[in-house]
Amino acid sequence: MILRFQVNATDVELDVLPMARLLDVLREDLRLTGSKEGCGEGECGACTVLIDGRAVNSCLVPVFQVAGAKVETVEGLASGLHGHERLHPVQAAFLEHGAAQCGICTPGFLVAAAELLAHTPHPTRLEVREALAGNLCRCTGYQKIVDAVANALGRQGS
Amino acid sequence: MLRIAPTFEVLRPETLDEVVNLLDQHGEAARLIAGGTDFVPNLKHGLYAPEVVIDLKGVSALRGIEHRPESLVFGALVGLHEMETDTRVHAVLPSLSRAASLVAGPQQRRMGTLGGNLCLDTRCVYINQTEFWRGALGGCLKKDGDVCHVTVTGKKCVAAASNDTAPVLISLGATVELLSPRGVRHLPVDELYINDGIRNLALGHDEVLTRVFVPRPGPQRRMGFEKLRTRGAIDFPLLNCALAFDLDEAENLSEPVLIFSAVAARPRSISQLPVGRLDAALIAEFGQRAFASVRPLTNINADVDWRREMVPHLVSRAFEAALGRASATPFSLSNAR
Ligand SMILES: Cc1cc2nc3c(=O)[nH]c(=O)nc-3n(C[C@H](O)[C@H](O)[C@H](O)COP(=O)(O)OP(=O)(O)OC[C@H]3O[C@@H](n4cnc5c(N)ncnc54)[C@H](O)[C@@H]3O)c2cc1C
Ligand code: SF4
Ligand code: FES
Ligand code: FES
Repeated sequence: MILRFQVNATDVELDVLPMARLLDVLREDLRLTGSKEGCGEGECGACTVLIDGRAVNSCLVPVFQVAGAKVETVEGLASGLHGHERLHPVQAAFLEHGAAQCGICTPGFLVAAAELLAHTPHPTRLEVREALAGNLCRCTGYQKIVDAVANALGRQGS
Repeated sequence: MLRIAPTFEVLRPETLDEVVNLLDQHGEAARLIAGGTDFVPNLKHGLYAPEVVIDLKGVSALRGIEHRPESLVFGALVGLHEMETDTRVHAVLPSLSRAASLVAGPQQRRMGTLGGNLCLDTRCVYINQTEFWRGALGGCLKKDGDVCHVTVTGKKCVAAASNDTAPVLISLGATVELLSPRGVRHLPVDELYINDGIRNLALGHDEVLTRVFVPRPGPQRRMGFEKLRTRGAIDFPLLNCALAFDLDEAENLSEPVLIFSAVAARPRSISQLPVGRLDAALIAEFGQRAFASVRPLTNINADVDWRREMVPHLVSRAFEAALGRASATPFSLSNAR
């Protein structure tokens, strides 16, 4: 099928199989390899992207479901989409706090955190943990990730 | 890598008439998809082989929550995230809103719908596996085999009803509206489920669930929902329970309903519940009644004796929730252990 949607504020038109996973279309057809595949079953969040502003697992989304939608990937966070010229504050905070180790989970965490930031500028620590509940990390033990997101939000508010 | 084998056609109706026509035309060869968060993993695991997939997401008639004087009416496509964050739903039906907030993780709740949750396939540690994994055991009654690895001698699949909203909707006396080429019918949610793990829905292959009607509870109605899971952040239930009862000014409890699920192929209603003055002894009696009739099976990968021991604890937590003594946050981490 011919599918039209937006990725990181750019219109795209692709000839795809309707049941191809959004994750594969992003990574292979569009060469946006920032979104990762951890489990492929909706359990780990490594493939998290925003569809119309909502964080979802792109490994569970048949691509026909994004017809006409706005998709944002981790690549879009740093490009000025959120009103920031370079790194999104949450990306800067991850660097500062050493919140990534092997890095496979990091794009998913960044995207889920970006959704939180967009609608809750000053969340509590519990809200940070709640927003990141669908993302697994087997390296960091989460503390630095939560610290980074909490700090990024603080800076955004100031 | 778990990709989807592209062996079928995807159809995208926009009206209920179109949905019904497609169901009429394709019958058992068709399968419906809403949020896809249950359908897609099962498809990847080779549990379904549809010829046609009918996507419901374009049918606007299935959206929206109506606040009527006598009931709340949810379209089948209402999102779980919408249900957990809608403050009006939370005010009237706190146990339903809490159950929605405890389904899966945030990403699944942003895709997952109420209709999809009610029609969730049953789950079993021997079936929610890759085709390769299942093949090593020679399949089972639910798919490609003739034994049950849970009951071993039994000839009936006992895969567990694992949807979190179903027990709550039963406890609230909700009904569902079903549409097919033969017309519309209504069923109490309790009658939507049958005791067969292979397919536990009393829903024809040509039927679509369109709406859920939840009667507005009276002023004395109290309700609570509790869930046991391995990781508070994301997992399916190891057990869940929904409680509802009337409580008068003199603290007398009457009209109790207590439903447990994630045990057998359908949610289980606990019978012979006591009534009377609400105190610790009465709550303990509820716990004992539930303990007597809830017997977890090895269909779920967690110690069955521990799960059973947790039954009375879930009951007391559900009471705390119903009496407003539990944490007020609707979010799932309040349940993290
Ligand atoms: C990691 C993970 C954890 C999960 N944890 C939980 C959990 O804790 N609790 C829980 O309850 N669920 C859980 N789920 C399952 C799922 O996310 C939810 O049950 C969700 O509500 C399903 O809704 P959906 O719209 O995505 O359904 P879909 O996947 O689209 O559909 C599910 C089934 O219902 C049928 N269906 C859908 N809509 C209709 C309709 N209107 N009429 C008739 N049939 C219909 C479909 O044909 C399909 O068979 C989890 C899933 C994942 C991946
Ligand atoms: S309960 Fe038995 S038959 Fe049913 S899915 Fe599990 S192993 Fe298979
Ligand atoms: S790869 Fe999508 S959730 Fe793990
Ligand atoms: S940094 Fe390795 S999984 Fe998170």
